[in-house]
Amino acid sequence: MSAVDLQRRQFLSSSAKAGGLLLSVQLLGAQHLMAKSGSDAVFSPGLFVAIDASGKVTVTCHRSEMGQHIHTAVAQIVADELEADWAKVVVAQGLGDPKYGDQNTDGSRSVRRNLTRLRQAGATARLMLRQAAAATWEVPVEEISAENHQLSHAGSGRSADYGEMVAAAAQLEVPDADTVPLKQRKDWRYIGTAVNNVDLQTMLAGTAVYGHDVQLPGMQVAVIARPPVLFGTVKSLDDSAALAVAGVSKVVRLPALTAPAAFKALGGVAVIAKNTWAAMRGRDALKIEWEHGANASYSSKAFREAMLEGVRKPGEATRTQGDVDAALAAASQQVSAEYTVPHLSQAPMETPAATATVSADAAEIWACTQTPQATRGMVAQALGMPPEQVSVNVTLLGGGFGRKSKPDFSVEAALLAREVGAPVKVIWTREDDIRNGYYHTVSAQRIEAGLDADGKVTSWLHRTAFPPIPSTFDPSQKLPSIGELRLGFSDNPFEIANMRLERVAADAHVRIGWLRAVANVYHAFAIQSFAHELAVAAKRDPKDFLLDLIGSSRHIDLGKLGVEYDNYGDSIETYPIDTGRLANVVRAVARRSDWDRKRADGRFLGIAAHRSFLSYVATVVEVTVDDKGQWRIPQVHVAIDAGTVVNLDSVRQQCEGGSIYGLSCAIGQITATDGVIDQGNFDTYTVARMAQAPGAIDVHIVDSTYAPAGVGEPPTPPFAPALANALFEATGKRFRDLPIPLTIKS
Amino acid sequence: MKLSVNGKAVDYDGDPQMPILWFLRDELQLTGTKFGCGRALCGACTVHLDGQAVRACVIPMAAAADKAITTIEGIPSEHSLKLAWVKHNVPQCGYCQSGQIMQAADLLQRTPKPNDAEIEQAMTGNICRCGTYTRIRDAIKTAAESSS
Ligand code: FES
Ligand code: FES
Repeated sequence: MSAVDLQRRQFLSSSAKAGGLLLSVQLLGAQHLMAKSGSDAVFSPGLFVAIDASGKVTVTCHRSEMGQHIHTAVAQIVADELEADWAKVVVAQGLGDPKYGDQNTDGSRSVRRNLTRLRQAGATARLMLRQAAAATWEVPVEEISAENHQLSHAGSGRSADYGEMVAAAAQLEVPDADTVPLKQRKDWRYIGTAVNNVDLQTMLAGTAVYGHDVQLPGMQVAVIARPPVLFGTVKSLDDSAALAVAGVSKVVRLPALTAPAAFKALGGVAVIAKNTWAAMRGRDALKIEWEHGANASYSSKAFREAMLEGVRKPGEATRTQGDVDAALAAASQQVSAEYTVPHLSQAPMETPAATATVSADAAEIWACTQTPQATRGMVAQALGMPPEQVSVNVTLLGGGFGRKSKPDFSVEAALLAREVGAPVKVIWTREDDIRNGYYHTVSAQRIEAGLDADGKVTSWLHRTAFPPIPSTFDPSQKLPSIGELRLGFSDNPFEIANMRLERVAADAHVRIGWLRAVANVYHAFAIQSFAHELAVAAKRDPKDFLLDLIGSSRHIDLGKLGVEYDNYGDSIETYPIDTGRLANVVRAVARRSDWDRKRADGRFLGIAAHRSFLSYVATVVEVTVDDKGQWRIPQVHVAIDAGTVVNLDSVRQQCEGGSIYGLSCAIGQITATDGVIDQGNFDTYTVARMAQAPGAIDVHIVDSTYAPAGVGEPPTPPFAPALANALFEATGKRFRDLPIPLTIKS
Repeated sequence: MKLSVNGKAVDYDGDPQMPILWFLRDELQLTGTKFGCGRALCGACTVHLDGQAVRACVIPMAAAADKAITTIEGIPSEHSLKLAWVKHNVPQCGYCQSGQIMQAADLLQRTPKPNDAEIEQAMTGNICRCGTYTRIRDAIKTAAESSS
């Protein structure tokens, strides 16, 4: 048995021991699981489902599990159409392989892009089991029913468990998926219900395997000193003290990184040791003098001022309706405001970690990655191997939030494993994660609006400036990209006759990357804060004013306006920008929060609503502020319309967690001085703790038969503006520059 | 030195300054205890040392000599907290949850019927980036009620 097989066997037995679980998720691919099922007959009519002679159903999940419970959702979908007994379903994690199609787990699209395909996978298996029973019993297939893991024929009274027909079904030709009948929505058994997370028991037992938990025989651990400034290089290195640390076996210089950063390793000096502690101590003992390079000029404070200067001047228009300048000049009241949002770090609870083994003609990676195929490609490129020689195992992810969409850490592990000639696990410390990240970009925005004598908004001019994500892949990119503007900027839902949206260039000095909800975070913050500022200027109720801004129920046709817009990669016919649905969640959250009731007890409400990832979310945040200026959030209400949803409790969890992530976005910041990140750990990078967290989060899921939309990201963007709006109501202070301090000085 | 982990006697003769986190994870392969910050700032590594919650990332092995360590693997699945965690379907990614449960177990030992303020005070050192705080609070209350 190879080391790897041994490892897999351990995963299998440890989760089996957890006991009492209906479903268990393994780290291994479906093929390996099949090989151990103890029976020759396995019926596997496609990529996603396999049934063995005992009746056990293995559903393969090709997307990464990072807390959004995609393992559970995929199993629900397949098991539903298969009419499987939920107790007989297990989930296997798919390896990184193009045969699955897109595996990049980001953009809140795992369910919306796979619902039909996974339903077909379950339905195909079910149909073939029926065909097998029909052939075996010599009766017409139409007379065979397949329900809850049982095949039966009413006429003859015969019945069989799915497992009994596996051998016969495996002989049949797999029908074309598009010809297989799917269930009626009303007959769904698991889809649309609340099912507990299938990984729950192994998580509670402490046996769930994350990226940090991979252990291979003979494995060494690496901790890396990376350049403090992007594209910095090692000027001099003295590793004698590091090599003297007990347990340290080697010090390896990684190749210096040159632009573009892309997904490449950052460079620096790696300390290889027999365990994590020795590697960390070895790194502490390195004496490195760095050549910082051009990015040492980066100071985020000065940069913010420069960006604000930028948005005070005309930019490049990306959407124009009517004549904004004339309407602004004619307005009876003009309002303008500027908003800034700092860099943020995704800071998943589990820092990046990857383990690699490399031989002359093969490499294998185990990593907490959101993107196994890009990992495979980047590792292959770094090692000079064809991708077919690289296999990528996806562990559970202790959170991702976009950080683990970048395979740089797997590239590091692969390079080091080759250098050392043994399996190597690269561990990022929290300081590494905070100081050497792919940051949420830094942004400045300015909005000007004009109101007529009735307090109606007649003009809206919005400028946005931020170093764009494409700069990470091509340093000449300085203009906010279409792909980021579409995130809550170009798709502005307000019904205003004169509107102009402009973009303004900004240089990147750090690696810029995705963070949960991406540009929606700062665009929603500015737009939804400003909507509240306008309501105040017009002396109107903020919720009523927001509904007026959204205006009539309509589908916004950006194409007709000449705006480049890709609608999150999905069809605008299936997923229109539907202002009626946006207004509907506003009204729903107002009802849930009893918005119109006057709060007597020092509680104040703020509201915000935003469409992102094709879903509609409205949030009401309730705050209290004590006499020391400390604020609390007794309650939050969230209304979401995500179209068809698979797991009600997962959607609730994402609304709860997405709100708290939005809270963290409102109170944390990453800054840089001389190109070096100022924060390093949770003492300096503020994230929401239980003391800041809402006392309760009430979630209303709109019952919807629309096509499935995103869930993991949409709850985050409305939170910060709803909080800022509530704090304004409570204190009269307007927070236009994040972060919001935890204690408000009067 | 000798110590016990989840009721089993173990020996250790390595660096006495090594935090117990790495002994548990790298040497005993008890990987249920997690690394989150390494500086007692997040609670992901919480274990019990002679019955008290400690941050395993900063407690050196020297401090564990002749003592008993309990980790998440040593808490039975029918423990009232684990049952409550199932009832409320608490974990999202799950990574912080072993630390949360070990911290909550310590709280309930000292304060069997904690109020909201006591829960918050005990638990605010444990970060959950997935934001499961409201469910953690509810699950602790459920566990406290069930063990009365
Ligand atoms: S890892 Fe020990 S408290 Fe964070
Ligand atoms: S459940 Fe993911 S960090 Fe807590």
